[in-house]
Amino acid sequence: MGKNDKDVNVDNIEREILKNLGRQVGEMESGNVADYDPDHTKQNVSYDEAAYEGSYEGKESRRKDSRKDGGSGENRRKNSKKDTGSGDSRKKENRKDAGSGDDHKKDAQKKNTRKDGMSRNREIVIISYISIALFVGMIIYLVNFLASDNTDMLSNPYNKLQSLLEEYTIRGNILSSDGQVLATTEVNSKGKEVRKYPYGRMFAHAVGYSGNGKTGIESQYNIYLLKSGINPIDKAVKELRGEKCTGDSVVTTLDSGIQKIAYDALGSHRGAVLVMDPDDGSVIAMVSKPDFEPGKIASDWKNLVKLGGDSVLLNRATQGLYPPGSTFKLITMIEYMREHPDYASFEYNCKGTTEIDKVTVNCHNKKSHGKLNIYTALAQSCNGAFATMGMKLDIGSFNKTCKSLLFNKKLPYEGVYNQSVFNLPEGSNAGLVTQTSFGQGKTMITPLHNGLIACMVANGGCLVTPHLAASVQSAGGTTLKEFSYSKGKRLLSKKEVSELRKAMKEVISSGTAGSLAGRPYKVYGKTGSAEYDSSGESHAWFIGYAKKGDKKVAVSIVVEGAGTGSEYAVPIARKIFDAYY
Amino acid sequence: MNTIAILCGYIIVITFALYTLFCFTAFRGHNRERSNRVFARQRVCIFIIQLICHFLLYVKDYDARILVLYFIELALVFSAIYLYKLFYKGLSGLVLNNMMLLLTISFIMLERINIDYAIRQLIIAAASLGVCLLIPVIIRKCSFLDRLGWQYAIIGIILLALVYVVGVEKYGARNWIVIAGFGFQPSELVKIVYVFFLASVFSLSKNIRSLKFITVVSAVAAVHVLILVVQKDLGSALIFFLTYIILLYAASGQLRYFILGITGGAGAAVIAYRLFAHVRVRVSVWRNPWEDIDNKGYQITQSLFAIGMGGWFGMGLGRGKPGIIPVVESDFIFSAMAEELGGVFVICLLLVYISCFIMFVNIAMKMNKSFYKLTALGLAVLFILQIFLAVGGVIKFIPSTGVTLPLISYGGSSVLCTILLFSIIQGMYVLNGSEDRHGEE
Repeated sequence: MGKNDKDVNVDNIEREILKNLGRQVGEMESGNVADYDPDHTKQNVSYDEAAYEGSYEGKESRRKDSRKDGGSGENRRKNSKKDTGSGDSRKKENRKDAGSGDDHKKDAQKKNTRKDGMSRNREIVIISYISIALFVGMIIYLVNFLASDNTDMLSNPYNKLQSLLEEYTIRGNILSSDGQVLATTEVNSKGKEVRKYPYGRMFAHAVGYSGNGKTGIESQYNIYLLKSGINPIDKAVKELRGEKCTGDSVVTTLDSGIQKIAYDALGSHRGAVLVMDPDDGSVIAMVSKPDFEPGKIASDWKNLVKLGGDSVLLNRATQGLYPPGSTFKLITMIEYMREHPDYASFEYNCKGTTEIDKVTVNCHNKKSHGKLNIYTALAQSCNGAFATMGMKLDIGSFNKTCKSLLFNKKLPYEGVYNQSVFNLPEGSNAGLVTQTSFGQGKTMITPLHNGLIACMVANGGCLVTPHLAASVQSAGGTTLKEFSYSKGKRLLSKKEVSELRKAMKEVISSGTAGSLAGRPYKVYGKTGSAEYDSSGESHAWFIGYAKKGDKKVAVSIVVEGAGTGSEYAVPIARKIFDAYY
Repeated sequence: MNTIAILCGYIIVITFALYTLFCFTAFRGHNRERSNRVFARQRVCIFIIQLICHFLLYVKDYDARILVLYFIELALVFSAIYLYKLFYKGLSGLVLNNMMLLLTISFIMLERINIDYAIRQLIIAAASLGVCLLIPVIIRKCSFLDRLGWQYAIIGIILLALVYVVGVEKYGARNWIVIAGFGFQPSELVKIVYVFFLASVFSLSKNIRSLKFITVVSAVAAVHVLILVVQKDLGSALIFFLTYIILLYAASGQLRYFILGITGGAGAAVIAYRLFAHVRVRVSVWRNPWEDIDNKGYQITQSLFAIGMGGWFGMGLGRGKPGIIPVVESDFIFSAMAEELGGVFVICLLLVYISCFIMFVNIAMKMNKSFYKLTALGLAVLFILQIFLAVGGVIKFIPSTGVTLPLISYGGSSVLCTILLFSIIQGMYVLNGSEDRHGEE
């Protein structure tokens, strides 16, 4: 209804402007017509020469102008036809001109100044048209801005005005994809609104909290929870009664069953588990530990933010920066394939330890892997092989590839996250080059980013947009909006993807993730043990995906300070895949 | 209470929409009596809006100052209308009404944002209105106004350059001088002097198309513009430049000057973009304010949030948070209105501005004397450009240039000079009308 109103308004002004200006042009035209009137020129003969010359010049220029500006000339004609008043005014002038001869000269002078003025009105009209057109353009822009759905824009956490809506609405629910309530607001006996989280700590980081600020879905989709899409009549009645409406529900992509498996599988370890649909980027489970009780955020606040604490509030899945360890060998392999088209003939004989440019490179437990090609090197996660590959890489090109795979760059994620870091300057020493090639060095990555790389291999090389919200429902259950995310740019070629898959399959069948072999689904993955201090302590990584028919699921798992990926991260992946299929 | 507030909101919007409609229907049928009836109805609309808005503001905090201000404003509007009609015989009723309406809205918004601003604005507006009552007399008595020519340019340039001697920097532009505790922006006043200068030299010139004459005038106009560019007052620089191009075109009737000027201006803009970092910042913030949302893009994104949250009918007067937007009382007051009074309200406001412009242009076309004609046109162009830059900047239609919204934004020099602008046009209209009547008798 509002939109129609506006259109009518805009129409109105345009009509009015035309009318107003048309009238003016008409009046002006009548003056010109009088000048051209042949009867009139006869009288002009008695004018002194200067005045005559002046008027001649004026006409000349006017003619020139009208030739230049055909369009407006046509307008003029049309307008003057419309204006019936102009005839009368002309008659009046004629009558005046035909007056007494004594006044002739004075009259002529006055006429001259008037005509001088009149001749400029055409320019004034053109200027007005241009100004008004620009102005109307601006109004249309504003109308368009107001008429379009800008909830997405308004849902920005920087929009501090969102809290104003709390006065009119009871915060809506957050639901899992299988219909479970993850967050809801109850009005207690004193009429106070209390935010409840039925699953407690399990969804703490994914759903977030509301109170003492907002995080997670509570923050990112805040505006939807505070807008009410119930029937407008009910809404008006409630508004007039002074009652609050119930806000809309956000239906997430999170699956309560998988989330529980992932949450329990991580156990008492710190770390993060991310489960995603690799084709559309929806997040099926997101666990980060240590966690907190979102319903008690206010009373626990002091402990949670204590300096030197455990960074409990940090969502490790998106914000935690870890050395990628051997999972980075996928990136080194991609770069090696790009620079060396003969990569299939790569050979390396692993003796457990080797020296490259006076730098000693050891494999895990100095285990000797024997003769390796590029696929088995990845499967065995052989540091020596990848250090050798790394030394053959062009550092500039390596940086470029990492940048294209979103290191040091923004991810297509709307929530809070940290950017991954790849730092290998041109001219780095052999130590840093070899370390970087097998995932140590100065490289840091988030589980979210690593998950996106797993998704890429799973879906054929495209970047997906990770997201947690599927749709918005009114309190009554009607779907109001469905979020859609397009599959992003292709970052890996099909050829690269098939080679990576070949190697990642080898990881399961003969490599470091053997316990995932022989399941009713096919798994492709890469383990990692990322050392984070000199004592040899390491974070356990596993990234990869499982496939059964057309159904795919990708995971990115990191277990802090646990040990090897094979021992600690792979079993978590197995539990998730088992639960999924 | 909630119910009443919501109803009040709708009444404000409907009343204002009616007012706007009257702006465009007042002249239907060329009937003077009918027009006067419409003008009287418009004044009723002003009083209704004034009353309801003050009611809402009062019940918000029960601040007695709001009541006092209401009665002062009521008296001001009444007396201003009465006195203007007395001093300006045969003035344009629509222009007068629009001026009073815009001032009324300004007082209301400033009372909402910060009552101290409203009080200062009220004092300055009342004083300005009082002084401007003398304008018809001045125009009639000072027949030399159109012959001052280059002297206007000297005055203008001196005023602009004054900030180098006694200037202070505010909001990233060094274009303020402080006199006895009152900040004053000389560029506001110079805008009017500048229009007088152009109108005067163009109307005095025997041969406007001589290359020498155009070169000299262009150079003097360019000095104005360059001083403003150096002061980083890009909005004013743009206004001065475009006003010059438009007046040159209107005076000479040569479309090629207009096209040449616009092309030259575009070239200069590109050079400025390359040369000055602050110009590049403005443009990049306009193209994507979200990238730098907590720093350079903060103001414009907060403005967009405000407009978006307001929607068609607003959050209700006193129920938003306009204070979040930096400089909301001045450059960004439009966003505050959109947030609390709603999209329909601000669109009506823009239409009221357009109706002012159309009236100014009509008046310009009716003028007999070339000087008056060019002055009225110049002032009209000045006025519409200012609104275009101010509103376009806060809705992200164009890059923000930091320009005030005429008669509504808080700011002494801005209000004084806009009232002056309205009064000069009215004064010339009145004079022109009386000469016409005299001639016909």
